[in-house]
Amino acid sequence: MSAQATQTPAAPRLAGRLIFGALALIALLVWPLLVENVFYQRVGALVMLAALSASAWNLVGGYAGQISIGHVLYFGCGAYASLLGFTWFEWAPILGAPFGIALSLLLAVIVGTPTLRLKGHYFSMATIALAELARIIVTNSPVLGGGVGVSGPALPRSMADLSFISPLPYYYIFGAVLAVLLAFTWWMNLGRMGFYLRAIRGQERAARSLGVPAQCYKLYALLVSAGFTSLTGSLYATMVGFVDPDSGFGILLSVKMVIAAALGGAGTLFGPLVGAAILVPLEEVTNAMFGGDGTGITYVVYGAIIVFISRFAPGGLAEVLSRFQAWRARRAN
Amino acid sequence: MILAQVVLNGFLVGAVYALFSSGLTLIWGMMNVVNFAHGDFVMIAMYVAFVAFTALHLGPAFFVPLAALVLFMLGVVVYYGLVRHVMRGPMLAQILGTFGLALVLRYATLWIFSANFVSLPENLLGDVVTFAGLRLEPSRVVAGIAALTLTVGLHMLLTRTALGSRLLAVAEDRSAAMLVGIRPDPMQALAWGLGAACTGVAGALIALFFYISPMVGESLALIAFVVVCLGGFGSVPGALVAGLTIGIIESLTSFWIGPAFKDVVVFALFLAVLWFRPQGLLGKA
Repeated sequence: MSAQATQTPAAPRLAGRLIFGALALIALLVWPLLVENVFYQRVGALVMLAALSASAWNLVGGYAGQISIGHVLYFGCGAYASLLGFTWFEWAPILGAPFGIALSLLLAVIVGTPTLRLKGHYFSMATIALAELARIIVTNSPVLGGGVGVSGPALPRSMADLSFISPLPYYYIFGAVLAVLLAFTWWMNLGRMGFYLRAIRGQERAARSLGVPAQCYKLYALLVSAGFTSLTGSLYATMVGFVDPDSGFGILLSVKMVIAAALGGAGTLFGPLVGAAILVPLEEVTNAMFGGDGTGITYVVYGAIIVFISRFAPGGLAEVLSRFQAWRARRAN
Repeated sequence: MILAQVVLNGFLVGAVYALFSSGLTLIWGMMNVVNFAHGDFVMIAMYVAFVAFTALHLGPAFFVPLAALVLFMLGVVVYYGLVRHVMRGPMLAQILGTFGLALVLRYATLWIFSANFVSLPENLLGDVVTFAGLRLEPSRVVAGIAALTLTVGLHMLLTRTALGSRLLAVAEDRSAAMLVGIRPDPMQALAWGLGAACTGVAGALIALFFYISPMVGESLALIAFVVVCLGGFGSVPGALVAGLTIGIIESLTSFWIGPAFKDVVVFALFLAVLWFRPQGLLGKA
C-alpha cells in the first residue's frame, strides 16, 4: 500500500475514492427500491443487521484486538429486554432497547474489568463461558421465558411497534444505525483512542510501557461495542418478534459476528459490511440448497471459511485486496 | 450413603475429564495455543467408538485403542496442516483457526449422523455390581480407572522418559532446545498427537456410559478449559486434581440443586478463578 501511495499522486486517488464511495452509497440506498422481490429485500435487511453486529464486534475484536467469542451475551440482553418489556408491561419492543443497552453496559463493566486483564486466549475462553452461562440461566428461568422463549406483539398496535410487513423499512432503519456506528468508528479511529487501540493490538506490553492506559481503553471499546451489539439485538427482536435461548444467546450468533468481521477484514471500517454482504446471502443459498438449518452444512462452510482465513489471510479480504494491489504495483514497475 | 455414591460417580467421571483435559494442558504448555476444538475431538472419539461397535462389532478392548489411534493421527494432521502456520500469526488467526475447525467437525458430524442422541448398550461390560452399599456400574468404574491410569502414565511419560524430556525442553524454550539438537516441529506435532490421543481414549471411555451427540463437544470443551484453568496451564498433575474436583462438584451440584445447573456452578467457578488467579489455582505466576 505505502509503496503504491508514493507512486500515484494523492489528489486523483482521493477523488477516485470519493466517487467510488458516493456510488456505493447510492447503490446501497437505491437497490432495494429497484428490486421488487421481497425475498431479496429481506436478505438485504438481514445483511444490514449482520453488518451492524459484526461492526460492533469489530470495535473490540478488530480495533482493540481482543477476540470475544461471547458477544451474543449483549445481543441476547437487547433482544430479551425488548420482548420482555412487551410481555411484562406491553411496551413497544423498541422501548426495551435502552434497558437492554443499560444492562449490557453494566455486564460489560462487570465482565470486562476482570477478563480484559487476561491475555488473548484467556479472554476468549472467558467470553465463551459467560455467554454459555447466560444461555443456561435464561433457559432455566421460567420468568425469562425459559426454553420456550418470548414473543412480541402478534399484531402491530401502533407505529411505535415498528412492525412492518415489507422488509424495506427495516433495511433503512438498520442501515441508518449502521451509518451512525461506522461514523463513530471512523471518528474514533482517527483520534487518540484509535492510536491507543492500535498500539494495544500491536504489542500491549510495549503500549503500556509508553503510558497507554490499556485497561481503560480496552474497556471503553468493549462498552461501545456492547452497547451497539445490544441495540442490534433489540432491532432483531423488533423485526422478528420472537427470541428463545438459542436465537438470543446461542454461540453460533457470536460466530456469525466474528466470521463476518474476519472475512471482510477485522479492524477495517467496511470489512464487516463486506463480510456480511457475502455471508448472509451464502447462508440463504446453502439453506435453500440443503434444506434448512437442521443439516448443519451451512456451518461446515462457515467453519471452513474461518479455517481458511486464519491459515492463509488473517486480515481477511482487506488483506487479500492490499496484497493484490501490491502485486499489481510490482508488476507495473 | 447416597452422598458417597454421588461422590464416587463424580470421581469416576472426573477421572475422564482429567484425561482429556491433560491433552489440552499438554498442547497449551507446549506451544501456548489453546485447542478450541478439544471438546469436538472428544466428540469425534465417541463417534469412532460408536461406529466401531455398531458397524464393525468391535468391543471396548479394541475400540478404545482405535479411537486413540484415529485421534492421534487427527492431531498430527491438524498440527501440520493448520496450527504450525497460525501459532505465530496474529491472535485472531490463533484463536479462530481451531475454533473454525471445531465448527467443521461438529457440523460435519451433525450432517452425517443427524442430531439424534445415540449411545452404546449400557451393560457392555457387564451388569451393575453392589459392593458395600455402593452401586458400581462396570462401564463407569472401568472408564474411571483407565482414565486415571493413563493420566498418571502421561505424567510419567513427560517426567521420566527421554522423550518426555525432549518434549518439555521444547515447551520451556524452543530455541534453546534447537541448540541442543532437538527439532521442535516433530516434538510439537507429537504433543498434538498425544493431546488428541488423550481425547481419543477419553471419548471412547466416556461413550461407555454417556449419550453421544454432535453437540456434546461444546460443553466438554468448556469443562476442559475449566479444568486446565484450575489446575494451571501446562500442568498434568494439576489437571488430574482439578478434573477429579470438577467431576465431584458437578455430581454434587446435580444432586443438590438439579442437573440443569451443574454447568452453571462449574462455569461460575471458572470465571471466579480467571478473576482472582488468572494463572490457575495450582499454576505458577
